[in-house]
Amino acid sequence: MVNRENAKLMTGNEACAEAALVAGMSFFAGYPITPSSEIAECLARRLPQEGGTFVQMEDELASMAAIIGASLAGVKSMTATSGPGFSLMQENIGYASMTEVPCVIVNVQRGGPSTGLPTLPSQADVMQARWGTHGDHPIIAVAPSTVRETYDWTIKAFNFSERFRVPVVVLLDEIIGHINEKIVFPKREEIEIVDRARTKQNPEDYKPYELTDSDIPLFADFGSGYRYHVTGLSHDETGFPTNDPKKVDLLHRRLNRKIDRYKSEIISYKTAFLEDADLCIVAFGSSARSAYRAVSRARTSGLKVGIFHIFVLWPFPYEELNKIARRIKKFIVPEMNLGQVAHEVACATKYEVTQVNRVDGGLITPDEILEAIKNVPV
Amino acid sequence: MFPYEKYLRRDRFPHIWCTGCGCGIVLKALLRAIERSKISKDDIALVSGIGCSSRTPGYVDFNTLHTTHGRAIAFATGLKLAKKELKVIVVTGDGDATAIGGNHFIHAARRNLDMTVLIYNNYIYGMTGGQASPTTPTGKKGSTAPYGTIEPAFDISGLAIAAGASFVARSTCYHAVQLDKYIHKGILKKGFSVIEAISPCPTYYARPNRLGNVVDMLQWYKENSIPVEVARKVSEEEKKDKIIIGILHDAEKPEFCEEYQRLSARVRKIDNK
Repeated sequence: MVNRENAKLMTGNEACAEAALVAGMSFFAGYPITPSSEIAECLARRLPQEGGTFVQMEDELASMAAIIGASLAGVKSMTATSGPGFSLMQENIGYASMTEVPCVIVNVQRGGPSTGLPTLPSQADVMQARWGTHGDHPIIAVAPSTVRETYDWTIKAFNFSERFRVPVVVLLDEIIGHINEKIVFPKREEIEIVDRARTKQNPEDYKPYELTDSDIPLFADFGSGYRYHVTGLSHDETGFPTNDPKKVDLLHRRLNRKIDRYKSEIISYKTAFLEDADLCIVAFGSSARSAYRAVSRARTSGLKVGIFHIFVLWPFPYEELNKIARRIKKFIVPEMNLGQVAHEVACATKYEVTQVNRVDGGLITPDEILEAIKNVPV
Repeated sequence: MFPYEKYLRRDRFPHIWCTGCGCGIVLKALLRAIERSKISKDDIALVSGIGCSSRTPGYVDFNTLHTTHGRAIAFATGLKLAKKELKVIVVTGDGDATAIGGNHFIHAARRNLDMTVLIYNNYIYGMTGGQASPTTPTGKKGSTAPYGTIEPAFDISGLAIAAGASFVARSTCYHAVQLDKYIHKGILKKGFSVIEAISPCPTYYARPNRLGNVVDMLQWYKENSIPVEVARKVSEEEKKDKIIIGILHDAEKPEFCEEYQRLSARVRKIDNK
């Protein structure tokens, strides 16, 4: 039953901050940037109340560095930013990938490139979330479309991060960040919380990157008696740098395999009206909201349209979309960028994809998607 | 004989430093200071950035973190705030701390977070092949300053004092005994402490500038260093191009971790009312 206790009117940014606390996050480092600042503001108020630590750093490079440092001490940590700050964080996101330090980065997307449109939404950091840092590297990115989804996916972001020891990006956008919606909170006991697997070995025998069956090494908190070395240099299982081609190859293949082999447990999406559809809309984030409305109106006019709503953008659901493409040949991707996800959908389906794009700071309306639906040749 | 072995990861040797490099002298001073502080190896975190000096953590048996270029202090900030019982020591170089990492350096000093930053200042980017750094003295050569740099140099210790550090001291690799005393005092100091160690780079600083070998450099340190007590009494002209050594600054001021804990306690008290 919904009552005052478990329902509240709140923004996506507030839901993100509250969810992080529920997930067990106790360290936040950030730098002010529109449209993400409310996450920092909320946590500046909440973390001292909860016994956690909030620190406003001098820039985003420092924020990203600080959350990695905190996570090495064994606490769950997070930062929040928007496009320009996300760009500044990339080098250290690569460091977290390379050294397998769990952490969560929230990017409330705004128009870019550069300073762009600070107060207006965009979904143009999809590729940066995947490939922003240099080198092949594992990463996970999730994209909620409502305030409640923001709550759920922020918690899941921490869970992924802890389980796979990877940085996880929560891709919000200005619309989700700032929209006020009623959120009905899940019961605490129904929320799954994952903590990183820690070593129980003798400190003398501990190798920080020792191969395990799961491909995910066992963690030891800094300062817990396990004295080991962490470096962003290519390293072997002892954690020390190496140039040995065999060991370097082993490391990089394992780092990437770590996500690849578990992708079926990470990938998440929802479908609706696809059973008899001859056209599929692939949507994510706030654009998915307009897509649902467009689909329901198209159905009212007798058009057989369905939706594939992506929650986890990286790893991308190539195989799942490929399966759908065996029957459906027409795809529309509405997104507030010039086709970043459309390109991936085309890769997955091998079909040309109709794009509905906006990069003017406006949101994609149901009408614009409906128009595209009507114009796709049958 | 001082038990250096107790702190070294012998299986990581030989080290990467050139013959005559000052990094080893600074490292030994650091280990003597740590031994004197009686802090357990488990409770020490040694954090570094990128550069010759930043390779130090790999060779010593603590919780060691070799981070990205310029960001060591920012990583260390997160580590310290998440585990306040850790004694966090940052080892860094002139380029790492005052060029790419300059912003983190001054802000950590301003916050007065309890950590010790040991800066190996060799006036040059050694790891990348001898490019001019923010501390290369005006007129001196580097691979990116083939005609001598026209830029003024940073005074690292002065920068730290101005930015708000609690404790600032400078020594050289010639004055290695003073160096470990200052590091020891820095470690014991509650607050942000900076120890600047002037360190020879015979390969990339001495060679293009015709400063001789490492012995000549140490001799130069010996002859051109002035204790801070003396420096305070002499004219600016007499101090020109000299290295002023000693405890340059030692002040009591609110420390960030303690202030944060106080704030958190105050907030929770209000909540409980």
